[in-house]
Amino acid sequence: MTITTPDEVTRLPFDIERIRRDFPILKRDIGTKPLVYLDNAATSQRPVQVLAEMTRFYRDHNANIHRGVHTLSVEATDLYEESRRKVARFVNARRPEEVVFTRNTTESINLVAHGWGRKFLQAGDEVVISEIEHHSNIVPWQMLRDERGIVLKYIPMLPDGTLDLEAARQLIGPKTRLLSITAMSNALGTIVPLEVLIAQAKEHGAKVLVDGAQSVPHLPVDVQALDIDFLAFSAHKMLGPTGMGALWARYEHLDAMDPFMGGGDMILTVTMERSTWADVPAKFEAGTPNVGGAIGFGAAVDYLSALGMDAVRAHELELTDYALRRLGDVPGVSIFGPPNAEDRGGVISFELEDVHPHDVGQVLDTHGVAVRTGHHCAQPVMAALTVPATARASFYIYNTTEEVDRLAVAIEEVSRFFGGA
Amino acid sequence: MTSDPLKASGSGLLDDLYREIILDHYRRPRNHDPLQSPTCSADGANPLCGDTIHLEVDLDGRTIGDIAFAGSGCSISQASASMMTEYVKGRSVDDARRGAEAFQLMMTSGEPQSLEGFDDIDALLGVAKFPARVKCASLAWKTLEQALEGGGTASTEKDASHD
Repeated sequence: MTITTPDEVTRLPFDIERIRRDFPILKRDIGTKPLVYLDNAATSQRPVQVLAEMTRFYRDHNANIHRGVHTLSVEATDLYEESRRKVARFVNARRPEEVVFTRNTTESINLVAHGWGRKFLQAGDEVVISEIEHHSNIVPWQMLRDERGIVLKYIPMLPDGTLDLEAARQLIGPKTRLLSITAMSNALGTIVPLEVLIAQAKEHGAKVLVDGAQSVPHLPVDVQALDIDFLAFSAHKMLGPTGMGALWARYEHLDAMDPFMGGGDMILTVTMERSTWADVPAKFEAGTPNVGGAIGFGAAVDYLSALGMDAVRAHELELTDYALRRLGDVPGVSIFGPPNAEDRGGVISFELEDVHPHDVGQVLDTHGVAVRTGHHCAQPVMAALTVPATARASFYIYNTTEEVDRLAVAIEEVSRFFGGA
Repeated sequence: MTSDPLKASGSGLLDDLYREIILDHYRRPRNHDPLQSPTCSADGANPLCGDTIHLEVDLDGRTIGDIAFAGSGCSISQASASMMTEYVKGRSVDDARRGAEAFQLMMTSGEPQSLEGFDDIDALLGVAKFPARVKCASLAWKTLEQALEGGGTASTEKDASHD
């Protein structure tokens, strides 16, 4: 089956008021204050269109997939596979079978570590990651290192939150078998210059895995243009349901990889002696999958496609640029990461002088402002910055400059609250 | 005792959490100068937040003759440490352990404790309404118990590698 052209998507103007009406949760109050939701790097909110598609499935079409001849099972299978096509088209896959549905980015990376890494990597083979990775792109490789004796190398972070590309040139070499790298830091928002690193990896014949958990929701991503091998991402950070993610991989890799889990739906034949595997991607989707979640994922992709990822990026760039200036003017605030908005996604990690991030987050909450505080599952980044934690505001399609103002005013309140010695 | 998330915040609650006496201990921590020759010490860490406490104790027989702490972290963790040192200084080891038990009970039950001299510490009662912050408040007492066990490292997490 081939991918249909994306022309069928109707582009809508980027109308922030209309977008906000699609997200009923944004009308909620926190205590007595209207919610300002700025924790989108952790998880996004879902529009009514996604919720409606999932409800419609469970209400009108619910059945198990790939199993029955009855009408409902056929409908459920069609809806599930249609979502796969939508997700494949969204990242410009060559064919829908290149998309494996998983629970999340973490599972997608683990699938590569198990199905590809354990089969093709040997002691002494080098896997290059970076200091700004999320734990989900560190721990699976450490586990593989301990099991198989592979060598794990880290591209270091510079003080401004960007990667040390000079060091990367030295680290990526003839022994490198895999470059596994984030496209955008969840802790700092740093956009990684993928093209440069991918070119170096390819020069040495290494495969490339991109952790797209933060980039796929916020930037146009084209796996063919990037010329990569694996892309991991999650539905819940891009308007879709939790418990739903995807691994995109070149078909030949999926074909060569071993299954991750055994069970129903992933086999061709089972006898008492042995089993043979189903084709890609069913080989990697053992057991009844999250059918409703996949359908919600497809609806989320429809929503983003209608807006256009260029427009999504433009909106977030405007917000980020505004926030860097607005928050930069608040006394006591230090912002981590690249100074220019162009070099970062809609993520502002900051600290407030003499106030611990947890106290910042707690007081902001009383102003209705939801931010993440902590190490953001990126402890090596915190160690490099020599801070225990940061507060992080992160934006999405429905956020406004007025909300950035409310964040700034609330931070000033935090200073006042803790400052009066 | 999970609180209703729809009512889980608001400035009234904030005043419960950050009582003036807590902010006072945070801004002006008591017993904050290192001891000359402590008889035991312990380090405590709350790996998920990054709160740390270093505790030094001077035991005079079964009495806590002197105590000092250093550390970094949120206002709740540091204020709680300051209040803890004030409470246990000059008390017996058994009294200190009773204090630690009472504090833990206060955090889990949300009820004030009727220990003599515990009035200041009761100001931390509001923390019980913020489950995410209970670990911050408890760190100092866990570190104290560790020190009285003979030293070492206390952690609010058994396994620090997960988040």
